[in-house]
Amino acid sequence: MADIIVDARNLQCPMPVLKLSQAVNGAAAGQTIELVATDRGALSDIPAWSKDTGNPLKEQFEQDSEYHFVVEKA
Amino acid sequence: MTDTAHQTGPVAEGTAPEREKMVIIAASGDLDKAWPVLILATTGAAYGMDVTVFFTFWGLGILKKEDAGLTGDDWRQKMLSMFHNASPAKLGLSKLHFAGMGPAMMRGLAEDHNVASVQELLDMAISLGVNLWPCQMTMDLMGLKDEHLIDGLSAPVGAGSAISLMKEASISLFI
Repeated sequence: MADIIVDARNLQCPMPVLKLSQAVNGAAAGQTIELVATDRGALSDIPAWSKDTGNPLKEQFEQDSEYHFVVEKA
Repeated sequence: MTDTAHQTGPVAEGTAPEREKMVIIAASGDLDKAWPVLILATTGAAYGMDVTVFFTFWGLGILKKEDAGLTGDDWRQKMLSMFHNASPAKLGLSKLHFAGMGPAMMRGLAEDHNVASVQELLDMAISLGVNLWPCQMTMDLMGLKDEHLIDGLSAPVGAGSAISLMKEASISLFI
């Protein structure tokens, strides 16, 4: 279970990335943040964001047509 | 707000962390241009970049208060301010405007599909620390004073400042 859950379901681009970024900003190093989104663009956007900002993507899975991304704050 | 979390890559010891820069020149007051300007600006900020948007000519309308009223002293400035669809809620479309029916339909669709409005993205940009630069020359041309523009902006600047920043920026866009 992640330390912080961010619900970005039904939100369109660019909101999933913005919500995740805000949550990571407010988190402490080492904390995990789980983003739940339904925007299909997030499948590409979140891994890209993770790579470029250096906050590793620990887990990614799809459940009930919702996309889950678990990111660890660097 | 601390942005250190978004430093990209390792920072050499002893040097101040330098964030990558992104500059967008927002020259259009069309709804369909304001949207990508603010989507890219907020996303750049979410990427930890130091983002600046320079609003010039009709683009300045995005920053105008809805109740700014007639601006300027010259009758031509007043005419412009009367007919210019400025402020986030009044922006029109570059195509399929149909006397305002197009933008009304577009806004309705955006709401139905949970696309953030220009106003929401503008608020988000300010809270993410995006640097919003009004063009001083356009303000003078249109008779706009600081009080006609929304809060949260940086001091008005000119083309020189924009060029100086773009020289250093890794992303520069004209929209």
